[in-house]
Amino acid sequence: MSIEIDNVSRRFGDFAAVDNVSLSLPQGELTALLGPSGSGKTTLLRIIAGLERPDHGTVKFHGEDTTDVHVSDRGVGFVFQHYALFKHMTVFENVAYGLKVKPRRVRPNQAEIHRRVKKLLELVQLDWTAHRYPSQLSGGQRQRIALARALAVEPKVLLLDEPFGALDAKVRAELRRWLRRLHDEIHVTSVFVTHDQEEALEVSDRVVVMNHGRVEQEGSPREVYDHPANPFVYGFLGQVNLFRGRVSGGWAEIGGVRLPAPEHRDVSDAGAVAYIRPHDIELVEEEITGEGVIRAVVETVSIAGAVLRVELRHGLGDDLLHVEVPRDQPVAQTLQAGQVVYARPKQSRVFLQ
Amino acid sequence: MAFRFRQHSVLPGFGLTLGFTVFYLSLLLLLPVAALLFYTLQMPWVDFWATVSHPQVVESYKLSFGASLIGALINLVFGALVAWVLVRYEFPGRRVVDALVDLPFAMPTAVAGIALVTLYASTGWIGQYIDAFGVRIAYTQLGVIVALTYIGLPFVVRTVQPVLRDMAPELEEASAIMGASRFTTLRRVVLPTLLPALLTGFAMAFARAVGEYGSVVFISGNIPYTTEITPLLIVAKAEQYDYRGAAAIGTVMLVAAFALLLMINALQWWSTRRHTQR
Repeated sequence: MSIEIDNVSRRFGDFAAVDNVSLSLPQGELTALLGPSGSGKTTLLRIIAGLERPDHGTVKFHGEDTTDVHVSDRGVGFVFQHYALFKHMTVFENVAYGLKVKPRRVRPNQAEIHRRVKKLLELVQLDWTAHRYPSQLSGGQRQRIALARALAVEPKVLLLDEPFGALDAKVRAELRRWLRRLHDEIHVTSVFVTHDQEEALEVSDRVVVMNHGRVEQEGSPREVYDHPANPFVYGFLGQVNLFRGRVSGGWAEIGGVRLPAPEHRDVSDAGAVAYIRPHDIELVEEEITGEGVIRAVVETVSIAGAVLRVELRHGLGDDLLHVEVPRDQPVAQTLQAGQVVYARPKQSRVFLQ
Repeated sequence: MAFRFRQHSVLPGFGLTLGFTVFYLSLLLLLPVAALLFYTLQMPWVDFWATVSHPQVVESYKLSFGASLIGALINLVFGALVAWVLVRYEFPGRRVVDALVDLPFAMPTAVAGIALVTLYASTGWIGQYIDAFGVRIAYTQLGVIVALTYIGLPFVVRTVQPVLRDMAPELEEASAIMGASRFTTLRRVVLPTLLPALLTGFAMAFARAVGEYGSVVFISGNIPYTTEITPLLIVAKAEQYDYRGAAAIGTVMLVAAFALLLMINALQWWSTRRHTQR
């Protein structure tokens, strides 16, 4: 089931939560709505679900207008950030709920309900919790039950609102990989909302980056990460170093440093901001010269798993330069605070101001 | 396994607070109750039985407990409704309505009783219209129910309100998304969540109604065997200097009320325990 969103807007008083958004979400794909808080991603998800009505625009499921279809007739599955499990029901009753509340003539019989709930609980690997209450489960387990419950009604569309937001880092990482595998298994058109760029890039087939109620960019994780459409997307998808300068004839001038900006070849003397990702900078101990080389002094060095995170002071501005150095590089063995090094950007991106 | 009284906590003072609690409750509750029982025990058994099983008294038990039960049930339904409206909807004057709910607590019960008579007597503002249908409220058992409903109103509203306010709207949304109708959502999701609070409010409204005197005596007319409530008989006995007889009936009420409250508490304990058991 594909989802088409046409010119959808929703205001809350003076605040435009969703501002004229059009999107097309292909069948069977897992799409991430990514954005900072207040960017309208949750409101958009709730509009797709039918929990919120758009002021303008239409939502179509597989070409069929569902804007006026009541939430209980839409056939969507929804997973809430805080699980929203029914506390007074066991895990089994929670998952069976959607089947039990069906009108009598389409309701499966007891044995069938039993069989389907058992199958779903096996799918989320929690069949042993059937007779427990939600309060007896951990956060990660509760969210998996919530997912099983959402899937019980065999939704045409699965919507997840910050599904891992309330979980701790390790469980979160595990669960998102698990969600990816689950999606590969069941292939239901899914949309999930997140403010965590890593989560969006890792799990989804498509990423829709939102800000101020608008879509900033959409595309595959690789497209949006490697070719951000604008400074917001660049900045939001990962840590960046940012330098203000001027661009002229395909080169950006920042202090005494020149960075290539071939896409602005025809521009002469315009304000610009250059973005460099921490892992796109190479550190060299011996003095080197070149267009983009920045002389800097190491301020702090800290270990972050496979990389060293280095902060450097430099002459181009007051902000520290953030660099990530793979720990297997020779330079990583000897780096220490106070040392003078030369930073060479391997890749940078210049946006006009 | 040894039973552990003390538990480590950042706020010490277990001994002091428990000691005070026991002392305070003894002074305010146990002492008067014990005095009542002690006083009753001095009475010969035959006299005691004759007093408490007198037909007039037995009729009053039926009325007192029966009318209280009906009043509390009415409050259970409509109190929940009032709480729902006050929590869920924004409307002009909501705060005023919210404050009005507490009025039965604040108003002297005698004033309430006289006001009710003025309204419901067959010449009263409301009474005259109801009278046209052949229904009488003042000076009948119906009047007793009206008075007991009035004084019990705030309890259910006030116990349900905070629980309803804290209830996540996602629960109802989740239910609706899974295809449940509004009624099903109400019955299977909202009501079970509110059940412990409803039971508490019901128990309090019931207990309050059983002990009510002031507002009832005006509207009931106090006709022997029909509209006499038990507290009225106790007062009547006391006024005739029959303190023993008053104490005997008081003891019966005390035991009955306590037994009922214990039952409701057990029900409540069961309903909360059901979904938090470890």
